[in-house]
Amino acid sequence: MKDVKGLKRVAIAGFGVVGRGLAKALVTKKDVLIKRAGDYRIAAICDSKGGIYSEEGVDVFEAIRIKEKEGRLPEELTVEDIIDRIDILFECTPTNVETGEPGLSHIKLALENGVDVITSNKGPLVVGYKELMKTAKKTGAKLMYEATVGGAMPIIKLVKNELAGNEVLSIKGILNGTCNYILSRMEQEKMPYSQILSEAQELGIAEADPTYDVEGIDAAAKLVILANSLMNSNATFSDVERTGISSITPEAFEIAAMKGYTIRLIAEATRDELRVSPRLVPFNSPLCVYGTLNAALIQTDLAGEVVVMGRGAGSSETASAMLSDFVELSRCGSK
Amino acid sequence: MVLELKDKPGQLLRAIEPISRLGGNIIGVVHKRDRVSPLERISVEISVKIDEGRVEELIEALKRNGVVVKAYNEVRLVASTSLLLVGHIIHTDLSDTVNTIDATGFAEVVEMHISMPEVNEPSTAMVTVSATGKDELKKAVSLLKETCRKKDIMVIEPLNEDLA
Repeated sequence: MKDVKGLKRVAIAGFGVVGRGLAKALVTKKDVLIKRAGDYRIAAICDSKGGIYSEEGVDVFEAIRIKEKEGRLPEELTVEDIIDRIDILFECTPTNVETGEPGLSHIKLALENGVDVITSNKGPLVVGYKELMKTAKKTGAKLMYEATVGGAMPIIKLVKNELAGNEVLSIKGILNGTCNYILSRMEQEKMPYSQILSEAQELGIAEADPTYDVEGIDAAAKLVILANSLMNSNATFSDVERTGISSITPEAFEIAAMKGYTIRLIAEATRDELRVSPRLVPFNSPLCVYGTLNAALIQTDLAGEVVVMGRGAGSSETASAMLSDFVELSRCGSK
Repeated sequence: MVLELKDKPGQLLRAIEPISRLGGNIIGVVHKRDRVSPLERISVEISVKIDEGRVEELIEALKRNGVVVKAYNEVRLVASTSLLLVGHIIHTDLSDTVNTIDATGFAEVVEMHISMPEVNEPSTAMVTVSATGKDELKKAVSLLKETCRKKDIMVIEPLNEDLA
């Protein structure tokens, strides 16, 4: 699929915070990335209303300027229109854990056409992991998704590459930075949930409608991805037993502290169950992290316990994960 | 149990023989040579795991062997864990909730700490459950979770699976 010069033509679908962060990183880090991933050019960018295409490479900063001014990209262009003119698709559209769309259609289309995909969108993987992997296997295209779980915190490639040969027995993790921020502030300030939530909303850490985060939906979606890709499960979103954090009282932290515990929203995958729920976490546990950090404790048969920690959200953090997939793609032989 | 033995060779054997004969398993023996009774007997602490129904029999057998049984107590509950409950704990019949565990015969609520900030507001309680073994403790915890689900009380479990 590569053109004569061996140059990779990439496209970005979704031009929100994540898509723009990625586009910037692809431009500003180009010198470094070329050495690791080979030469590339951003041939197209699509958002929900339009797009921009240039065989010579899109002017990213001009595209960002237009998007921020007009709220959309100028041309009438969809992923379908450009799929036969690219080698790699970066899928950065918003997550929908029920339908997986629009990302699911984008990824399917790309894989069917032998185009490698690097996604930050959880929805398609939660809804159609097995099917997408089957398609990828059939056409030889690759689907990379480090950015879907834990943001900049390495976990998927860490287990697949560095811990290859191990069986993952369980994963316990803090996979939602918003909940972790709220719970660690409640612990430290002894203030009620509603007050800390408004604080988080003001800081832009929580959305105006925080349901997706505080009811554990986001963490559950990530847990499904981890279970399916690292523990060979065949789980769907509805398999996750889920409890949110909104009814936790400030007193709960005081009482828990008497026994040496704090409270965190933990996503846990074992052979028998998947659950996202507030748990008592010992103060000396590696999962007792503060602020918007993410952390995960992976229990394996050979390596024992491995702990990772890092920033779970943010545009540059997500870009970091997608770029690592980009480099990995060329390392393991992109078509 | 705490036994007193004469300070002569072969005395410990008199204490151990009935334990072994009755199917008990010795977990620990502490010879306290510094604690000599006025009759010049030596204090020995022995921890034994034995079928509940054979404890009396064991005490009798020890006495017959000339061993003085100074004290013994049964430690039945060996596994415990703490859980946090959040919700209308009092108004949903707390004693019934506790009884779910106590009625099992293999587990008990051994400690509870409740905070009730305001009338009609949700309360928070740290409950410590002890059971006769790890499996029993797991059973007790799932019973408690089931009861709390019906009463719309949130149960916050500890992270560690080893409910030690």
